[in-house]
Amino acid sequence: MSEMNEQEKQLVDWLADMDEDSALALAKRMLLEEGVSPLRVLELCRNAMDIVGKRFEEGEYFLPELVLAGEMLETIGAIAKPLIKQTPGEEPKKLGKVLIGTVHGDLHDIGKNIVSFMLDINGFEVKDIGIDVPVKSFIEEINVWQPDVVGLSGFLTLAFDSMKETIEAFEKEGMRSKFKVMIGGGQIDETVRAYTRADAFGVNAVEAVNLCKTWMGEAA
Amino acid sequence: MNAPEQTPAAKAAYDARWQRIMDCVALKQADRMPVIMYATYWLAKYGGVSYKELMYDYEKTKEIAERAVLEFEPDACISLPGAIALGNVFEATGYKQLQWPGHGVGDNQPYQYLDREYMKAEEYPELLADPTGFYLNKYLPRIFSAFEGFENFPVFPGTFYFRAITGLRPLANKDFRKALQKVLDAADEVDRYMTHAGQWNKRINALGFPLINGSASGAPYDVLADYFRGATGMMKDLYRHKEQLLEVIDMMRRNLVKMTIANARGSGNPIVFIPIHWAPDAFMSPKQFETFWWPSFRQMMLDLIDADLIPMPLWESDCTKRLDIIKDVPKGKCIYWFERTDIVKAYEVLGDTVALRGNLSPSMMTTGTPAEVDAAVKRLVDEVWNKGGSLLLDTAFGIPDETPIENVRAMFDSARKYAG
Repeated sequence: MSEMNEQEKQLVDWLADMDEDSALALAKRMLLEEGVSPLRVLELCRNAMDIVGKRFEEGEYFLPELVLAGEMLETIGAIAKPLIKQTPGEEPKKLGKVLIGTVHGDLHDIGKNIVSFMLDINGFEVKDIGIDVPVKSFIEEINVWQPDVVGLSGFLTLAFDSMKETIEAFEKEGMRSKFKVMIGGGQIDETVRAYTRADAFGVNAVEAVNLCKTWMGEAA
Repeated sequence: MNAPEQTPAAKAAYDARWQRIMDCVALKQADRMPVIMYATYWLAKYGGVSYKELMYDYEKTKEIAERAVLEFEPDACISLPGAIALGNVFEATGYKQLQWPGHGVGDNQPYQYLDREYMKAEEYPELLADPTGFYLNKYLPRIFSAFEGFENFPVFPGTFYFRAITGLRPLANKDFRKALQKVLDAADEVDRYMTHAGQWNKRINALGFPLINGSASGAPYDVLADYFRGATGMMKDLYRHKEQLLEVIDMMRRNLVKMTIANARGSGNPIVFIPIHWAPDAFMSPKQFETFWWPSFRQMMLDLIDADLIPMPLWESDCTKRLDIIKDVPKGKCIYWFERTDIVKAYEVLGDTVALRGNLSPSMMTTGTPAEVDAAVKRLVDEVWNKGGSLLLDTAFGIPDETPIENVRAMFDSARKYAG
């Protein structure tokens, strides 16, 4: 991004350091009183989220920071987006498309939501199709949206069979070679990966991001 | 299905099994490695019934559970019907925090918790000022539909003289009366459920098998996070409501300790099962863990130990990085059950402090072969039991629902083969 002035640096720091009150007050002032370009503010937010992602990867930040960062981003986005009048500049190019959902029979979503958020702030276009997703919904979404990666999430042991069934259906439909499949969730390990014939599994959101980056030919 | 008269042979078997558990707690090597049976919906596979039948049919569930205990002869088990025959009480109370077979999920799917914000952060002061009033007027109606109508249940503190009389008027309200009747009906069902579970427990004891625990509880942080604030709400509170959070957690601890001691004493079994949800390495920073999570739980364990009880936390997920911290408890007073933390690693750090329980992996139990189960049991025997470790062999968090029966046989048979 272009050079930042003092105020802009301050916003990035407050966001990255989880100083929510200061960051939100400054962002509001910039947007509503000082007429700073909403696109510029959103760019600063992305910059701050890069730092949050790095700190998470380095073991300084954990889930609470990702959740709070997500919420700050949402609050600022809700103010900034209606103010966008000018033609948006060139959107940063997305690294790839990731379709994600919790497999059928399983209603858990906390881990999936965090993975979606981390992929999003790391430059992926993410489509989250929710929980308890039937096999045919995955297939319909894949046909329409043509993702590069499909992420199957599940917390319960019943998810092992749901994941296996879902991936077998991709094979039957003849679409399996068109995208990579990653799985994740509380009980997932290499045994489950082999059982379901997924391409890879991850134990946390950073691993999910790194898998996708590697598959898209980016340095993880 | 009443409890039979205990034969001398059954009494001897019961005493030997219980002694094995107590030896482990005291960090003495028992005569053989105890094996524990914890199962919920796996009993459906074992008994050839649906998950829904297990939840609603008390008699059938008791029969299947007894058959499983008699076949596998565990050194201790949980109250199997108590853990699963819950459909009728969920219906009667209108329990809103779960979806269960026939009620939101399919007849052969397990019950699942609905992570929601059941209390707002702004309500912390109200909860702190009057926990009983908060439960009656707000929390119970939010989690049980039977309690809808209790929102105006009178708040008595502050009333006196004629005000104490007029303060009774909300009890004449028709909606309240309807709710009260539903709650009384629900209490009757809870009584039936607990009578069934209690009869089964006594019968199993009489047949020679102890229960591994007589009561269950939660860690103060977890109870607040899971059942009140919701996962994301609680994570934000770590930043937005730091001071208040510590105060609420401390209040939770005091009430949990009171409830737990009463329940444990009522059960006559000193071991208290405490599933732990928010301790895993990945969930919060070491500093957050040491500030918000560990002090209240450590104090809770000390309070339970002071009351001659034996805390048995189940450390869910991977807690490897927490081992040095959670070691700070009196020696020979607790059982630590681990889910994904490698027990061999846990033994290295905690072996001189607590007994260990666990932890055959769910993926192996469900998708592996009996030979793989045998190898996994052998590893735990070689690396922990044969090195003098006090290990109660079990799966990572109960026998997974989908586990083939031959893998469960392998777990019990291999334990006997390698460790007595």
